[in-house]
Amino acid sequence: MMKKSIERIYLFVIFLFLYLPILVLIVLSFNDSKAKVVWGGFTLRWYRELLANSAIMEAFYTTIFVSLASALIATILGTLASLGIDAMRGRGKAIMLGATNIPLLNADIVTGISMMLLFVRFTRLGLNTVLIAHITFNIPYIILNVLPKLKQRSRTTYEAALDLGATPLYAFFKITWPQILPGVLSGFLMAMTMSLDDFSVTYFTKGAGINTLSTMIYTEMRKGIRPEMYALSTILFIIALILLLFMNFRPAARKERRNP
Amino acid sequence: MRKTILFLLGILALSSFCAGCGKKDSPDILTILNYGKYIEPEVLDMFEEETGIKVEYEEYITPENMYTKYKAGAIDYDLICTSDYMIEKLIKEDEALELNFGNIPLARHLDQTYFDFCKSFDPDNQYTLPYFFGTVGILYNKKMVDESKVDSWDILWDQSYSGKIIMADSVRDSFMVAEKRLGYSLNTTDDDKLREAQNLLIEQKPLVYSYLVDEAQDEMIAENAAMAVVYSGEAGLALEYNENLAFSVPKEGSNMWIDAWFMPKSAKHTENAEKFLNFLCREDIAYLNFDYVYYATPNIQVKDSLDTELQENTTIFPPKEILDNCEVLKPLDDETTMRYNLYWKEIKSAD
Amino acid sequence: MRNLKRQLLAGPYILWMAGFIVLPTLVILYYGFTTTSGNFSLLNVTSIAFSVHLKALVLSLKLALSCTVICLVLSYPLAMILNSMKSKSQGLIVFIFILPMWMNFMLRILAWRLLLSNNGVINSLLGALSLPGLDILNTPKAVVFCMVYDFLPFMVLPIYNAMARIQPDIIEAAKDLGAGNITIFFKIIVPLTMSGVISGIIMVFVPALTSFAISDLLGGGKVLLIGNVIEQAFMQEYNWNLGSGLSVVLMVFVIASMALMNSHGDEGGGTFA
Repeated sequence: MMKKSIERIYLFVIFLFLYLPILVLIVLSFNDSKAKVVWGGFTLRWYRELLANSAIMEAFYTTIFVSLASALIATILGTLASLGIDAMRGRGKAIMLGATNIPLLNADIVTGISMMLLFVRFTRLGLNTVLIAHITFNIPYIILNVLPKLKQRSRTTYEAALDLGATPLYAFFKITWPQILPGVLSGFLMAMTMSLDDFSVTYFTKGAGINTLSTMIYTEMRKGIRPEMYALSTILFIIALILLLFMNFRPAARKERRNP
Repeated sequence: MRKTILFLLGILALSSFCAGCGKKDSPDILTILNYGKYIEPEVLDMFEEETGIKVEYEEYITPENMYTKYKAGAIDYDLICTSDYMIEKLIKEDEALELNFGNIPLARHLDQTYFDFCKSFDPDNQYTLPYFFGTVGILYNKKMVDESKVDSWDILWDQSYSGKIIMADSVRDSFMVAEKRLGYSLNTTDDDKLREAQNLLIEQKPLVYSYLVDEAQDEMIAENAAMAVVYSGEAGLALEYNENLAFSVPKEGSNMWIDAWFMPKSAKHTENAEKFLNFLCREDIAYLNFDYVYYATPNIQVKDSLDTELQENTTIFPPKEILDNCEVLKPLDDETTMRYNLYWKEIKSAD
Repeated sequence: MRNLKRQLLAGPYILWMAGFIVLPTLVILYYGFTTTSGNFSLLNVTSIAFSVHLKALVLSLKLALSCTVICLVLSYPLAMILNSMKSKSQGLIVFIFILPMWMNFMLRILAWRLLLSNNGVINSLLGALSLPGLDILNTPKAVVFCMVYDFLPFMVLPIYNAMARIQPDIIEAAKDLGAGNITIFFKIIVPLTMSGVISGIIMVFVPALTSFAISDLLGGGKVLLIGNVIEQAFMQEYNWNLGSGLSVVLMVFVIASMALMNSHGDEGGGTFA
């Protein structure tokens, strides 16, 4: 009993630690004062003004677009790559894994600047350069999530299916795919989160007039964040909460039904 | 599962549509690079509406950041707003284009005094249009500080305020404080004087609560510190939120800064750029910007339209005798710049 | 034959990697080993020996190490507790730890600034309880605190995943053979979660070593890390050669410590899945 309550308290403290700043930001989004250190009473003003603020809304759409699109493309490329790497052996595999880790090892700012230097030579910076950069740093997260699942899966079933005359494609979708799906999904989620949170890489690879929420917040940091930003972050957080709950409970519910 | 993926794809399609809208590539564009939060956003919308020119607006934090971004050559900016010494550096590097003041008739609304100040970095007033100006001084809390002493930089070395002092987190501004206290020019290149200033700043470090730039304002409003070295404009804003605060420009002299617009060499739409500058000088627009930024504006019409209390607010509008006691920053040669940077890092990593 | 065909699936990625990972790395190497005029030089790389830079590197190593150790100490019991609550789905746990990241990290750090400041919420609460105030803002302690906050999920999740993979049968078998709880912990649980611990350490140590934003925002400009030096070289001093040179050194450091860790485990098995 004693042990249980200590465990409970420990969990509570950790979750408080993780969610306290978020609580602060949500409170600030209702604060009727432009200075963040002064409480001026409850208001919904920032939510109203947010919808009228075209610059912030455009940055919001760009952010969502970049993170979704980059995560999706990275998931496709990364899953294919994992299948390929899984089939490799020896030195080839080691080289691939090593190179995959480079974006994770570099300081963000170095990744960002090196890409900018490269892009400037060949093309104009724009939304597509941001997208390419995000896909690049997203792919490792997919591979890191999918590869272990590939290693754990049972090969025998897949081979049995082939022996029974299934085409490789059919066997893949019927047998391998369901086994690696959790890895693919959590990779996708990780990638999207990383992309959403990135500042350094975006800042250097974006073209004129393109803003994501991160770059916008960064330039405002010195002179004080616009309160609309807190409102938008709160909305984004709530959307994520709903979306993730939805994604988490649907498959789980179905699985339970399948094996009673 | 398939449904979830379809759902995500749907969002993707929708958001790509939204990200695409309003970004149609019209030939009539204007690419601007400015400090963060340094223009009323509505002004950009109004300009687009009135002229049909699409504005691509970019922001940066420090003049050095701007220089990096500009020099990388990744984006062809048409118009840049930055500070005195950085403009001078770019003019010297032959990176500025001459303005045709014939296309900016409303520039006559700007006080000639500030064009004269601009001569320190743009001798013939060929390249720049002043935007906002101010000084650097001490923002202090009347309840926590002995007011008879804030007229000197010495107070920033006073042991009794240990842990209550906010210094500027920028090389030039911090060195300025030490150099002025020592009675030197803030543009000194003499290595001995620099070392002396550095030692002074290292000596001060244990007393410093933190090194901040514009965030200092929030800390002062929350009364987390007793005094802070800030730009006059920030001080003006802080005074509105906490009546215990006051601002002083020490008698040893200080830095006077002017932020101004210029057209860089990369400009592709010079006519649009001049149209925009003219637009900024219009009284209603200049007023909107003043009200948003709350720094001293060189626009006479705007200043005259304010109520007298605001006009006589010496924090926002520094009086002439204070300005005369101030110096404008000059760009330094590469070697001195490197020395400043190295000394600054040594201060930052000192114990 | 079939194997070769499958290897080809990595083709698009290899092309992508060559273009957007290897090429940019070469660009950095080029800048790191040349002067502004383009001549070969080792000066940028050797400038790590400057006392300022060395001090920053040592401080970064110190802070990153403390952050990693604290994360590990907090995470291991946490993962065990989470693992013992079998009823919840694994996805939900991952979700609880990832969700905070959907609020921009700079905003979250700013929120900590507010919470920790002299007249902030935490100190007001402590004051009301007549407890001594928490005066860590603008010190290296605050930087470590926030690093732990930011990187904790990267330690918890891999350990938790490794633990969730342990078959209950193994533990049952050990019990049947007379092993006590302590023996089970050290002989079974610890070795079987080692791969998770190692990928956790890497995922925390590396970003902690290279970060600059946290020390910028919570160190009050008084904590100079190697990440800050690199950032300043690129952004403030317009000295890309120096920035690149120091990045190369940092990269070598990171790769060396990774290799050291990996020699004790397999290839980072199962970070998040």
